[in-house]
Amino acid sequence: MASLRDIKSRITSTKKTSQITKAMQMVSAAKMNRAEMNAKAFVPYMTKIQEVTASIAQGSKGVQNPLLTSRPVKKTGYVVISSDRGLAGAYNSNVLRQLFNTIKSRHKSNDEFAIIAIGRVARDFFKKRNMPVILDIIGVPDQPSFAEIKDIASKTVGMFADETFDELFLYYTHYVSAIQLDVTEKKLLPLTDIKSEGKLTSYEFEPSAEEILDVLLPQYAESLIYGALLDSKASEHAARMTAMKNATDNANDLISNLSLVYNRARQAAITQEITEIVGGAAALE
Amino acid sequence: MKTIKVSVVTPDGPVYESEVEMVSTKAQSGELGILPGHIPMVAPLQIGSVRLKNGAKTEYVAVSGGLLEVRPDQVSILAQSAEVSDSIDVERALRAKQRAEERLREQQRAHVDFKRAEMALQRAINRISIAEKR
Repeated sequence: MASLRDIKSRITSTKKTSQITKAMQMVSAAKMNRAEMNAKAFVPYMTKIQEVTASIAQGSKGVQNPLLTSRPVKKTGYVVISSDRGLAGAYNSNVLRQLFNTIKSRHKSNDEFAIIAIGRVARDFFKKRNMPVILDIIGVPDQPSFAEIKDIASKTVGMFADETFDELFLYYTHYVSAIQLDVTEKKLLPLTDIKSEGKLTSYEFEPSAEEILDVLLPQYAESLIYGALLDSKASEHAARMTAMKNATDNANDLISNLSLVYNRARQAAITQEITEIVGGAAALE
Repeated sequence: MKTIKVSVVTPDGPVYESEVEMVSTKAQSGELGILPGHIPMVAPLQIGSVRLKNGAKTEYVAVSGGLLEVRPDQVSILAQSAEVSDSIDVERALRAKQRAEERLREQQRAHVDFKRAEMALQRAINRISIAEKR
């Protein structure tokens, strides 16, 4: 049996750990609320741009734009969104595993696909497995603004336009609620199914539908990536919050078990001392 | 006088929302003025200002490109970034202007970067000039 001092020091260290995980849990909870608000602020922009895009793309048939046309697929692009840091439970491994399995089942060689990694964990994961990561961005802040992601988003859309790859998928974690996070696969490009709930309006175009689509479609595709990032950030904080809550709970369980053992050991030591004293006194008589 | 609802939305959230009498802005094909009851229209915008006239008051919003969508009762401006003149950070815009100018001076070689610096310079100048109007 461990000595009293050993148990005591284990209790103290577990307590310290639980303080840290508790603090991290609260920080994540606050960040999650902010992330949720960011995601909400983004909704009006997204619905509006979706409405306009759908109206134009469906209202004017026969309009040609490289982002709208499907072509034979020689190479596939994958955008994957993960976090920069760990300690978020299964958040990263879920999305990475799903993409990894998909790639394994769809492609035979590394020439058939390319990965665009957002987040350190995703970048390191795929680099370690010798998979082609052609673009990566790390250090995306917890409350990303559009300007920070614009660069990689427009590069990605540009790569589709100049036929570096012929289709583009987006892998991210969709935030349903704090306890439900779904890994989602979304086909980003070519834009084949633009739907909108709002009624379609027929517009006058100034100067022409083609030129408007040239401006609108890249902006639309970029905002889809940004939307997915906001969604993923909310998920990341939710996942980290849950993970840290579990860690705190486990630490508390451990502490109560250890306290029990500690008290028992202390009682045993006292009993033994009394027996020794009584035994010693009896021997003197 | 009749009014029209105007909203300026960016990925970072709505920037401006109000009822105004007239909207005037610079589309890629030229200056555009919109009054209530305009036919539905879509036009890409230049980097520039949006003037929102309401009675004697005129407000300015700086937009970095984007799109203008007009409906008879509503105008929406979809831009990747936009600021109301009061909320422009002039210091930051000045710094951005300097940075862009330096880059333009030293980079005649790389075409892409040159173009980007040019755009950045335009945006900075636009912000500064709109901030002066408040």
